Amino acid sequence: MKPRELFIAFWTIVVKEIRRFMRIWPQTLLPPAITMTLYFIIFGNLIGSRIGEMGGFDYMEYIVPGLIMMSVITNSYGNVVSSFYGTKFQRHVEELLVSPIPNWVILSGYVVGGVARGVGVGLIVTLLSLFFTDLQVHHLFVTISIVLMTSILFSLGGFINAIYANSFDDISIVPTFVLTPLTYLGGVFYSIQLLPEFWQGVSMLNPILYMVNTFRYGILGVSDINIVFAFSMLLAVIAVLFSYSLYLLQKGKGIRS
Amino acid sequence: MTAALSIRNLRKTYGNGFEALKGISLEVQQGDFFALLGPNGAGKSTTLGIVSSLVNKSSGDVEVFGHSLDTAHAQAKMCLGVVPQEFNFNQFEKVMDIVTTQAGYYGIPPRLARERAEYYLKKLGLWDKRNQVSRMLSGGMKRRLMIARALVHEPRVLILDEPTAGVDIELRRSMWAFLQEINRAGTTIILTTHYLEEAESLCRNIAIIDHGRIVKDTSVKALLQQLNTETFILDINPPQAALPALNGYQARLEDDHTLVVDVEKTQGLSRLFSELSSQRIEVQSMRNKANRLEELFVSLVDKNLTDEKNA
Repeated sequence: MKPRELFIAFWTIVVKEIRRFMRIWPQTLLPPAITMTLYFIIFGNLIGSRIGEMGGFDYMEYIVPGLIMMSVITNSYGNVVSSFYGTKFQRHVEELLVSPIPNWVILSGYVVGGVARGVGVGLIVTLLSLFFTDLQVHHLFVTISIVLMTSILFSLGGFINAIYANSFDDISIVPTFVLTPLTYLGGVFYSIQLLPEFWQGVSMLNPILYMVNTFRYGILGVSDINIVFAFSMLLAVIAVLFSYSLYLLQKGKGIRS
Repeated sequence: MTAALSIRNLRKTYGNGFEALKGISLEVQQGDFFALLGPNGAGKSTTLGIVSSLVNKSSGDVEVFGHSLDTAHAQAKMCLGVVPQEFNFNQFEKVMDIVTTQAGYYGIPPRLARERAEYYLKKLGLWDKRNQVSRMLSGGMKRRLMIARALVHEPRVLILDEPTAGVDIELRRSMWAFLQEINRAGTTIILTTHYLEEAESLCRNIAIIDHGRIVKDTSVKALLQQLNTETFILDINPPQAALPALNGYQARLEDDHTLVVDVEKTQGLSRLFSELSSQRIEVQSMRNKANRLEELFVSLVDKNLTDEKNA
């Protein structure tokens, strides 16, 4: 395929993905808006006013970056895992398999679809947070790049999960038993400096901690971790997941007999 | 002339050890209307699945218009349009979106995609349904939608896996007419079917596959010539209570006014009419049995089964 044809094919997948989550907006865009508003009211306003400061900031200010990042993570992952599994389940993945689109374009299309929803929901949550706090961006480049990289990483994770999934149960196991606990323990609601030394060490093994803290650094200028290390780690993990996803597509795992 | 489809020594063994294809070779010429026949589980869908890139082959070579599926898969896929047996489109998408999205996968710009979608949806009687969600369509409409989707990039070869399964007679006839029209316009058509009447009336060439092997690969005409006997059904008058004596002919009475006669190639019909006439039996109408191909198919498949058992 020529470069222009490749771009048309890529853009077709992206538009199809965006059309999908926009069509079912009460399932995709509305729930995170409601959930995050409740977090802002309950944890930020009601409980937060009694907690006082965290990391030198008002508690509401401290948790807003974490909650935005939580939305980006869960929605990027959730979009790709449910969309690609649905594509497999309804067998319209065959539309892609019979076409001449290279695997890297298929993968990129789904990942960008996941990023579109992750970043879109992140923006909705950011706008909602403005009703509760003033949001100043300390470092725009860090803020934007960490959101995009996190979204890409979890979109790839969702894609791999969808490839291995054989039932609808299989696409909810990772979000429920892995993503949610790691996100809650990833410094969304607290600074790990509050933890005993041993648990601080354990927390450093949680990759989501690096994403949340790098984003918090972009917004507030404070972080529990080394930003350069966080970016390097993310780049490396994205490269590994992208290569592994391509390998699975090439092999036809779960999609070809 | 390059073959539209060339398959050489194709083998497929599934993960559970089942050997679906045992080294089949096949050529379909450009412009052909070709049928791949075989009983359930013979390997038809596996063969078409490998050609369509939906099934991984174990070994062998497949070329579409000279483009290898291994080394030039994009060019090969550009030449192929595939209509599967099962509905495999997004049930929540609109008809128009399904067709234009498929066009996009082939790198067709949106405006041209819409023009082509309009043309094929009109051709297949689905234009009125273009904004309808696909799951609301009837079974026949869904099947036509898959044909429109497969044609939107104007492939040189159209593969149809049992296109008329579960389709009523009227729609089946209109689909046959449409397929013949695009075949006349130059599209090579390869289909699998269980309706042997369909293969007999549409196809010029035929391959019969059984237990993962090609047991016959010839023209429909040549295949039918292999029939030594042809069966005729005669409406006779007056009604006969007993079978008339027909010297040398195998015959039976279906009912008192329907006589079924097996006529060997060497016998001809003139003597049959003379014999009936001498017994004052009038032939009011006559037709030959439509499932001639079916008889051959059954005999070939039975023979293959016997050969396999003896091997």
